[in-house]
Amino acid sequence: MSIAPRPAVHRRWLEPARIGAMSPLGGIVAYGLLGLWAAFVLFPLYWVVVTSLKLPVDVNTGPYFLPWVDFVPNLHAWRGLLVDDAGPTFRAYLNSIIIAFSSTVLCVLIGSMAAYALARIEYRPRLVSILIFVLALVGACVAVGVAGIDWRVATAVALALFVLLARALGRRFPGAVHNGDILFWIISQRILPPVVTIIPIYMMFQSVRLLDTHLALILAYTVVNLPIVVWLMYDFFTKIPIDLEESAQLDGASRFLIFFDIVLPLARPGLAATTLLVLILAWNEYVLALFLSTSRAQTMPILVAAMNAGEKGILWWTMSVVIIIMILPVILMALILQRFIARGVLLGAVKG
Amino acid sequence: MAVPQPAARPSRVEVTASLASAAPLARGEWLDRHARWLFIAPAVVMILIFSIFPLVASLLIAFSRVRLRAGTYSMTFVGFGNFEKQLVGSEQVHFLGQLTAFSPPAWVVVIAVAALLLWWLVGYARTQLTVIGLLGRLVTAAMLMALTLMLAATLLSGGQIGTLGVTLFYVFVGCAVQFLIGLGLALLCSQITRGRAFFRVVFFLPLMITPIGIGYIFRMMADTGKGPFATLWQWAGLGGFSWSADPWAARLIIVVADSWQWIPFIFVVLLAALESVPRDLVEAGEVDGASSWQIFREITWPEIAPVAATVMLIRVIEAFKLVDLPNIMTAGGPGTATESLTLHAFFAWRSLDLGQAAAVSYLLLFVTVVLCVSFFNLVVLRRRAAMAR
Repeated sequence: MSIAPRPAVHRRWLEPARIGAMSPLGGIVAYGLLGLWAAFVLFPLYWVVVTSLKLPVDVNTGPYFLPWVDFVPNLHAWRGLLVDDAGPTFRAYLNSIIIAFSSTVLCVLIGSMAAYALARIEYRPRLVSILIFVLALVGACVAVGVAGIDWRVATAVALALFVLLARALGRRFPGAVHNGDILFWIISQRILPPVVTIIPIYMMFQSVRLLDTHLALILAYTVVNLPIVVWLMYDFFTKIPIDLEESAQLDGASRFLIFFDIVLPLARPGLAATTLLVLILAWNEYVLALFLSTSRAQTMPILVAAMNAGEKGILWWTMSVVIIIMILPVILMALILQRFIARGVLLGAVKG
Repeated sequence: MAVPQPAARPSRVEVTASLASAAPLARGEWLDRHARWLFIAPAVVMILIFSIFPLVASLLIAFSRVRLRAGTYSMTFVGFGNFEKQLVGSEQVHFLGQLTAFSPPAWVVVIAVAALLLWWLVGYARTQLTVIGLLGRLVTAAMLMALTLMLAATLLSGGQIGTLGVTLFYVFVGCAVQFLIGLGLALLCSQITRGRAFFRVVFFLPLMITPIGIGYIFRMMADTGKGPFATLWQWAGLGGFSWSADPWAARLIIVVADSWQWIPFIFVVLLAALESVPRDLVEAGEVDGASSWQIFREITWPEIAPVAATVMLIRVIEAFKLVDLPNIMTAGGPGTATESLTLHAFFAWRSLDLGQAAAVSYLLLFVTVVLCVSFFNLVVLRRRAAMAR
């Protein structure tokens, strides 16, 4: 009957129109699944926003979904938290900002300096020195912990012993580790669960009276995130052509000048992405703050977690407002910088 | 190596001498001369003080009983006492779980795993044998066998699992689910042409959100009485069901919340990897009439496998540290059913039992390091070597 042979219906749907494209049915399935996941990601966020606009009665009498249709939106939760009860919230918010930003700046600075050094300068610390250092450290810890010697004396003696022995034995055992080993050592610090190191850190800060201060948290966050900065920035620095630095060196520029005036500006995309990542991690950090801050230096995650313990159960509307004001700054920064993160940095570093 | 040193000595003396006379210029020179150490010293010193020293001190604490007094503390050496208490003593049910006699399925699993590990070791010993390689594999095999025995004696024989088992559940089940969904979404997203940027932004959002916030959000989501899906629950006859009272439901919700946050990370990295797979290779495969499964297995997967292995390593390392979600969503309950090892150590610390806290965290460290280093050596490095070839 038909004049021109037409492909059967099922083939038109199942086969792509051209090479490199999807079949129509495949397209529908792909968009369907991706849309489903987008809904799974977005719905909880939508629910938080909606809940922050509800009166307690609207939350408690059952799920209402649409403002103005199901219930009348009300700003009481926002007013309650940001106007009536502003003191604690504002202080925790300020603490979080101070701690997250200071530790990020410190961490990115220290970390990228170390990463640059490992990428450009050759280090060969002697294996035997490292061994002696560890032994001296263990000896000092035992002396302080078990024998009850003052920690300043123990540290001084251990350092003196280390210098003496390292000098004496260094010549005899020439075995050394290389930059790659140092890099791996720094990165591998990330495997350490924070809970392993936090108890001694707690006691350390206690003995120098730094518990519950900004400084304690800034230092702790800096160390925890240092491996990430070194790892990501090392990758960036090795990709920067070395010619520029060499010609600057010939012109008599110092290492510091080269680093701050030439290398860092060239690594700006990586720097931006690394900064954002570290900032998010520091902003959201929970365990260390749980151990090291009680009241004065309390950060937002701790404040939010503490809202659990109320007598009236959880005030979902207040909780939603807190979650929103915690998320907003990060999302704003991420939207500005997401291009960098999505493409270059993570992939480059992960490829190894 | 030691040859140039005598020549270098006098110049250093000169610099220190000139430091006193012409301060500004000399200080710059001093900085420049010592730049090689000044660059790396801050990072190394920070790690030594806040990471290596606590690591040693923590080990010391794990072997002692610590008593806190006003402003000070005293330590008594107790040997393996703290570890004994966790592994065979009064804390065994909490840490390892309720050990019972093996049931038939437990025997089957134990024998199968033992045979598999033996086969793997013998296969390795026959082909490329080195002392360090064999030792490393023996440690890996011993750890896997011990964990299997633990799971067989608790989970497979009808007993309760302890905090170690719960942590392993979060790590292995959580990471497997996250990898499969993340890879699936990345594959789908790499196929479509329009709207990729939109999905990338939307899928990235959960990574920005505080884990604490996610804990509360998912408590709301899972609420069978007032949550958004309450009608659905009631329709399914689960209206009065409280997930936080059921061990497996509670663990499952925590894994769902964890996945919600971390799938985006895997998705973003794998999508970037997929986008860098050479287009012409895939198209050549299509022209030759390969099915999409064949293209994935022969072309795409080998290209992205090194990235996938590394991204999973990062994920597994972080998953072992999980603490905020269980603490917020269930506070470790019902009982200790959702307590991760970090939370276990935190609770011990809060009850001022520092020795137990340090012992638990060291056991966590031990398991984490053995499993992660094994994964790195046996999977990640091998994938990279295969890529380089």
